Amino acid sequence: MDLFRSHVLICGGTGCSSSGSAELIRLFEENIAKAGLDKEVKVVRTGCFGLCEMGPIVIVYPEGAFYSRIRPENVEEIVNEHLLKGRIVRRLLCSEAVEDQNTIKSLDEVDFYKKQKRVALRNCGVIDPEKIDEYIAFDGYRALGKVLTEMTPQEVIDVIKASGLRGRGGAGFPTGTKWQFAKNAVGDKKYVCCNADEGDPGAFMDRSVLEGDPHAVIEAMAIAAYAIGSDQGYIYVRAEYPIAVKRLQIAIGQAREYGLLGKNIFGTDFSFDLDIRLGAGAFVCGEETALMNSIEGKRGEPRPRPPFPAHKGLFDKPTILNNVETYANVAQIILKGADWFASMGTEKSKGTKVFALGGKINNTGLVEIPMGTTLREIIYDIGGGIPKGKKFKAAQTGGPSGGCIPASCLDVSIDYDSLIAIGSMMGSGGMIVMDEDNCMVDIARFFLDFTVDESCGKCPPCRIGTRRMLEILERIVEGKGEDGDIEKLETLAKNIKATALCGLGQTAPNPVLSTLKYFRDEYEAHIYEKRCPAGHCKKLLRYTIDPAACKGCSLCSKVCPVGAISGELRKTYTIDASKCIKCGACMEKCRFNAISRK
Amino acid sequence: MSIDRFGKDKEKFDKLQQIIDEKKNMQGALMPIMQAAQEIFGYLPIEVQQFIADGLKITLSEVYGVATFYAQFVLEAQGQHVIGVCLGTACYVKGSQAILDKLSDILKVPVGKTTPDGKFTLNATRCLGACGLAPVMMIGDEVYGRLQPEEVEGILSKY
Repeated sequence: MDLFRSHVLICGGTGCSSSGSAELIRLFEENIAKAGLDKEVKVVRTGCFGLCEMGPIVIVYPEGAFYSRIRPENVEEIVNEHLLKGRIVRRLLCSEAVEDQNTIKSLDEVDFYKKQKRVALRNCGVIDPEKIDEYIAFDGYRALGKVLTEMTPQEVIDVIKASGLRGRGGAGFPTGTKWQFAKNAVGDKKYVCCNADEGDPGAFMDRSVLEGDPHAVIEAMAIAAYAIGSDQGYIYVRAEYPIAVKRLQIAIGQAREYGLLGKNIFGTDFSFDLDIRLGAGAFVCGEETALMNSIEGKRGEPRPRPPFPAHKGLFDKPTILNNVETYANVAQIILKGADWFASMGTEKSKGTKVFALGGKINNTGLVEIPMGTTLREIIYDIGGGIPKGKKFKAAQTGGPSGGCIPASCLDVSIDYDSLIAIGSMMGSGGMIVMDEDNCMVDIARFFLDFTVDESCGKCPPCRIGTRRMLEILERIVEGKGEDGDIEKLETLAKNIKATALCGLGQTAPNPVLSTLKYFRDEYEAHIYEKRCPAGHCKKLLRYTIDPAACKGCSLCSKVCPVGAISGELRKTYTIDASKCIKCGACMEKCRFNAISRK
Repeated sequence: MSIDRFGKDKEKFDKLQQIIDEKKNMQGALMPIMQAAQEIFGYLPIEVQQFIADGLKITLSEVYGVATFYAQFVLEAQGQHVIGVCLGTACYVKGSQAILDKLSDILKVPVGKTTPDGKFTLNATRCLGACGLAPVMMIGDEVYGRLQPEEVEGILSKY
């Protein structure tokens, strides 16, 4: 094996790839070769580092120099200065990583990473996900070896149970218990499935794990298969994740080649193999029974439960389905023990949780925190607060099934039960931050619009009920809300939750209920005062011209498409509200900031 | 543009036949075959769906049912460049609706449709997962991030 004095780690995740990291990798390799350093410096394309906001990210070891937002034209300079002459190009470092004139901070000292604890993401941004040897060098497949040669299936399940690991897909069902059901179920054939159909908008945890550490999922699925007595697994992954799919394919091929998948693994009687199935863009397929229908090649409609998948799942055989992040914890639990895992987190929520932090937040990206961390720590310490000095209004977790957490709950502990108690949910890990400019009624409408579109249509409460809710919300944001609308929404929500067939329908009203709980005044302002307090809902906006600032240049009246603005040159212009269609063209054109909208 | 099974499209159908033969004994073969078919034809016209149904000895309604259920399968030919504006939550709260409206304005087509000259298809997509770059749109495989509505026209003119 070649030894290198320096490693250049470049993020090859979707976020950084979208901002051009593939080109950077090529340029680094080219420039390093040109400088004659190709025997000394190695370029590694890793998975996601997490701080997507600062992408594309380049980290140079052994110094741990943390370069951010690197452009192609910076590459030559980094190679010539840093790699050739040993002078770190401080100007290009992430500003947070610069301590003072002479010192830089290493990655885990930067605020964004300081409070994080990376278990599921341990290898993301560290290893080259396309090389099985790198995974093995970081204890990869040791847990599988231990399980197959030293433990009985029941012992494996007991360890997972004792660790307190709960499903990371959102519902939080105890993983060990799920495995126990499937182990106890009688069947000539059993299946192990992985839910990588990450449909929750604004969530990309699972994608990052698959892109950055695919073997962790494969190893855990093999362990699960041994525990329940299965020999075949399926990974159901979104077709919209081409990089993840490709790396999974490579990883499965390498694992087969090394004898870590296939017949008689580690020389034992245990055999297990894996196939990938691509989703085709249906959110409901994240629901377990719908996902199984989809793997069977059918419409992804959910099935009534019971029978539960542990008894009658894929192809009517006993099946377990776990989420990507859940699997990513398994090998670590086997190696380090249940007590180690249970020492992190709260009483009922053990371990860590990965969140995809997005929206109105300075440090957009992926964070992994111990359960029990407060929302305030995530938003302000890790996330770096709200951009442009705006006020935090709410954080949305759980996507279309979840709810909004208002500023008054910033000190809530992030764990399964606390989030449910305040009307949201853990969800799969999307966390979208909203500031004072976001209208909460419109956010509720946005999520309902999503559910209506994604409802599979099998059960009437979801198919018809969510549509009625959406119609009411659409009326409200258009200024046509009526007295009694809020009550109608509440009644519909209650009925849909009680009667829908699957999780999608049962949780669809949550975004409405939670915004009603914390932001009822915004609903009331829309309905009774025909006003959008956040200044977002177009139909409710009123454009006015400030007479003190208006210079009478007439530009606004010229761009107004409906002739709603009148006045005389060099005198104050006015807007006729009854004609105004609220297109905003005047405000865009005004050079004196004289036009405001409320 | 009609489909001609024995004329200009014969090669494509031969390729699809090969895939059907390869996969037809696999459990749950229908979706992987349809995905391959869309890859070959660019969309799934009814003739192709019928061909798959015949190949797997299932009814056309079964194939059509799956084709219409999943967002990924398209039944109409797509434009030369497919534009996808992300309407995931992170992009939405950062104003992607305004980007979409602007595009619809400039191209004079509603969302989900193709321009009469067949050059652009305008779609609203689910989360593209590039939330760090929000708001985001894709044209073909090219990603445009941190967009402002004013930039849209300039980007389109490159195509």
